[in-house]
This record gives sequence, structure tokens and C-alpha cells, in this order.
Amino acid sequence: MLTGKKAIVFGERDDISGTTVSTCLKAAGAEIVYEATACFV
Amino acid sequence: MSICPEKETMVTSAVIRNYAYCLVHVPDLVQYGSKPRREIGQHSSIRESIVQALRSYDKALSYPPNQTFIGNLSPGELKNIARPWFQEKTVGSSTGKFGEILDQSSFYGLLKVADVLNPPLFAVDKNALAKLQGRLAAHSLLAAFAARLSAIPSTEHVYVQSDSSRSSPLAMAAEGEICGWFHGDERAEGWGDENLGPHILLENICTKATGALALTWLLDREKIKPEKIDFLISCGEEACGDRYQRGGGGMAKAIGEMCGCSNASGMDIKNFCAAPASAIVTAAAMVKAGLYKRVAVVGGGSLAKLGMKFQSFLEHGIPILDDCLACTALLISEDDGVNPIIHLEPGAVGAVPSGAGSTDEAVFRHYLLAPLESLGLKCTDIDRYAAELHNPEIMEFAGSGDVASKNYRKIAAMAVLAKQLEKPEMNAWIEKIGMPGFAPTQGHIPSAVPYIGHAMEAMGRGEIKRVMFLARASIFLNRCTNLLDGVSFILERNPER
Repeated sequence: MLTGKKAIVFGERDDISGTTVSTCLKAAGAEIVYEATACFV
Repeated sequence: MSICPEKETMVTSAVIRNYAYCLVHVPDLVQYGSKPRREIGQHSSIRESIVQALRSYDKALSYPPNQTFIGNLSPGELKNIARPWFQEKTVGSSTGKFGEILDQSSFYGLLKVADVLNPPLFAVDKNALAKLQGRLAAHSLLAAFAARLSAIPSTEHVYVQSDSSRSSPLAMAAEGEICGWFHGDERAEGWGDENLGPHILLENICTKATGALALTWLLDREKIKPEKIDFLISCGEEACGDRYQRGGGGMAKAIGEMCGCSNASGMDIKNFCAAPASAIVTAAAMVKAGLYKRVAVVGGGSLAKLGMKFQSFLEHGIPILDDCLACTALLISEDDGVNPIIHLEPGAVGAVPSGAGSTDEAVFRHYLLAPLESLGLKCTDIDRYAAELHNPEIMEFAGSGDVASKNYRKIAAMAVLAKQLEKPEMNAWIEKIGMPGFAPTQGHIPSAVPYIGHAMEAMGRGEIKRVMFLARASIFLNRCTNLLDGVSFILERNPER
């Protein structure tokens, strides 16, 4: 579904972490060019 | 029972025997929180906007989440109070079942006691010193500290800084007047060391003084002398030390020394927000191994996190609600047949291996499902879960959402994935096992442990049997890894009770 697409991922520790989002996007074929997870607490 | 036959001295279980929770209302220190300080550095006019949005001590007392933190309201009662909570008019008490909400001037007295340097870090005006001493003397638990202030020479003027490259001392205001100045380490060995400037040392001394406040309450609740404590573990988020060993620690012994725990050694445990959970597990393991009889876990407050969300409060025209330092102290002892045991069987403590990765599912599998499985329990065998108990009113105004609620969704989702709960039952189950957050945004303090006092009360009333405490740590903030961490433990009503 995302093959050939590049993705920039921003996650949040107490919501959905960047790693989780990236795992899903990679499974759909995307290339992760940047990933970050923020902590707001 | 897990007694090793060769080691008859090993105790059967470790229990949480007592607890204390305190807040310190410090409106004039909000400007020294990390976020306000940086914003004021960019635009000095922000300082006045912050001053205008600060709330009074009485308002901080009336605030229902604060009353929940010190034990006057249960989380269930808090849930039934309509929001916005900051508009609550009910007069709040300064003391609670678990501790108190200390006023700023009294806290400054404690800060002065906590300052052991010469020349002093906290140089207090001559007239103000007598006032601070009077406040401590009038406090039923802190009067012993007041006597220590009488031996301290006061200063009427700020002494001249020897090193012009150093940061300016910080004005310490209370009740509309500057009562003193907080300096960095002005001795020659402190010159040019950014770790020993006024801001960082104020942060450290605030952790020490608040930790001492919580420990004082714990000792009073337990009715034991400080000499009876065998070991102290500090779990604060400060990083004491000079340029050669920033973060070296020593806070536990500093707090113990201040409180007269003359027979106790101590150490600091660092694990970001999960440090209190890590410290409790470590303390319980020490007790169960027979190393110590009484271990106190102490978590002082975080100056850096004051006013962390102030911009959102200013935007919404409401008072700055992250204006309190929070602290806790817990006493871990051998099984007394009364208080709840901490499960320490193999696999019972939740930990996330570094090879597990950082996806939420991986973290929750390790620190939620695995410990339960090792004890032969299901998610639904736990009566309450205490996760990240940040006050949602603070978080939602800042656009970060209800952190506690989000964690309960994840716990329930994992229970569904583990086929221990049907998806349509999720909301009803969350209602049963969850609670609203009620701790101020003080990092490690809100992370699961604020519920220990309430849990022990509810167990004492026979309402619940097991509680699982789930603490998360953003260890990726150290810039040395991208990992998340999680630590959990299960507290169970004493079977002999």
C-alpha cells in the first residue's frame, strides 16, 4: 500500500509511540526517513 | 513461601508498611521551572503574565486532585466531582490522611535547613530568617527543623559574586517580598562549573527538602524514630554532582542525614519516571533477602517540571495548575501479617528486556502480561491498575490528552489481545479497574505510585485484593538509546489479614 513512499513519523509515549507507527508503516511498504517519540510528562 | 532452606534468616515476603504523600505549593518558584525559565529568557514580559496567573495557597488547597493526592478524597470520589476542578469552591484542608500541602514560606524554611554549604546557597534576609523559623516552629512535624535555623547567621545583603561569569543569584520571593537569594556554589571549586549554578543547585535542594518533608511524614505516620530506618533509596529525577560526575547521586543519604536517619546508608536509583517502581522492587528484594528490616523509598519533587504547561494555561486564561512540588515516601518492611505483600516470585516483577523493542505491544507484553502469566493470573484477576496518574486537567489543556485514560485503553486492549477480555467489555472493565489521574506533572511522582496509599486503604476495607502498578520510563530522553522502559509490580492484600 505504501511501497515507494517515504514517511516521517512523530509519536508520543503515552499515545502511540513512533516505533509502533513505524512498524505499521514499514509493514505496508513505506520507508521511514525520520522517526521521533516525544514525552509530554 | 520461598524460604531458602540454607538461609533460615530469609523472610517470607516484603510488605509496603506505610506511605506518605505531600505537595508543596510554590507559586514563586514556577518561574524557575525549565519551560517558564526558557520562555522568560526569550521574552521577559512573560514573567509578569505568569505572576498574574498564579493561584493562591487557598486555591491550591481547594483543588480536588491535590486533596486526592494527600488522601482526603479517594480517586473514586474525585471522578464524581464535575470539571473544571480548578473552579471548585469547597475549602480544602492543608493536611490529609497521607500528608499535607505545605505553604511556600514554610518550605523556604526547609530549603534553608537543607542548605549545608558555606557560604550558603540560600542567603536569607535577616528579618525573613526569623519569619521562616517561626513558620517551621509553628508546624507540628517540622518544629525540630526550626531549631537548626537559629544557629545559621543571616545576611542582610547579597554577597558579592566572585566570578562574574556565573549566573546571577535567583530572587526567592514569598508573600510579595523577596526574602533571600539562591546562589550557585560560590567557593573557588565551584567557579565556572555549570552544574553548580543557582538553577541546578536550587533544583537539587528542592528535591532534598521535599524528600525530607515526605520522609518526616512517613516517620510520624509509622511512629518510629529515624534511627530505626536501615536503608534509604531515593528515586528523584534530579542529577546531583559537579562537572566530573553530574548525576552521581547521594540524594538518599542527604535526605536521611537531614531527617536524622543516622543508622541508615542509602543510594539513588535512576530510571526516569519508573524510578519509584524500581526503587520499591529493589527495597522489597533487600528486605526479602534479609539484608535490611526497614527500607525507606523517598521521591523528592521536581523543580524543573513546575510550570511545564504554563503556556496553555495562559492561552486559556486559567490559573497555572502545575504550581506544586510533589513528594512521596514509602516504608518497605518484612511481612507483618497485616500490610500488603509485594509479589517477588520469579517473573512476578514486570521488566522490559532491551531486546524487546519499543512498540507499545512489546512493552505491555513484558510488563503487563508476562508477570501475570508467571503468577498464573489473568488481567481480570487484578482489581485495580495504577498506571500514569497525571492529572488530566493539566494534560488536556496542554493538548496532550488524558494520559491515565490512554494507558487504561492500552491495558484493556492487551487484555483483549491476550483473549482474557471481550472487546465489547473494554469500557465497562476500564471503569472498574481504572481511576482518574490526580498527581501534578512531576515526572516520576505520578507514575503509578500515588495510588499505593489509596490501594492500602481500600485493601484494609476489604474492597480490593490485588493492584498492579505499571510505571513507564522514557529512557530515550537520555539520548543514548531509542528505547522505552516499563516496570511493574503487584501488591496483594496480606493473606494473613
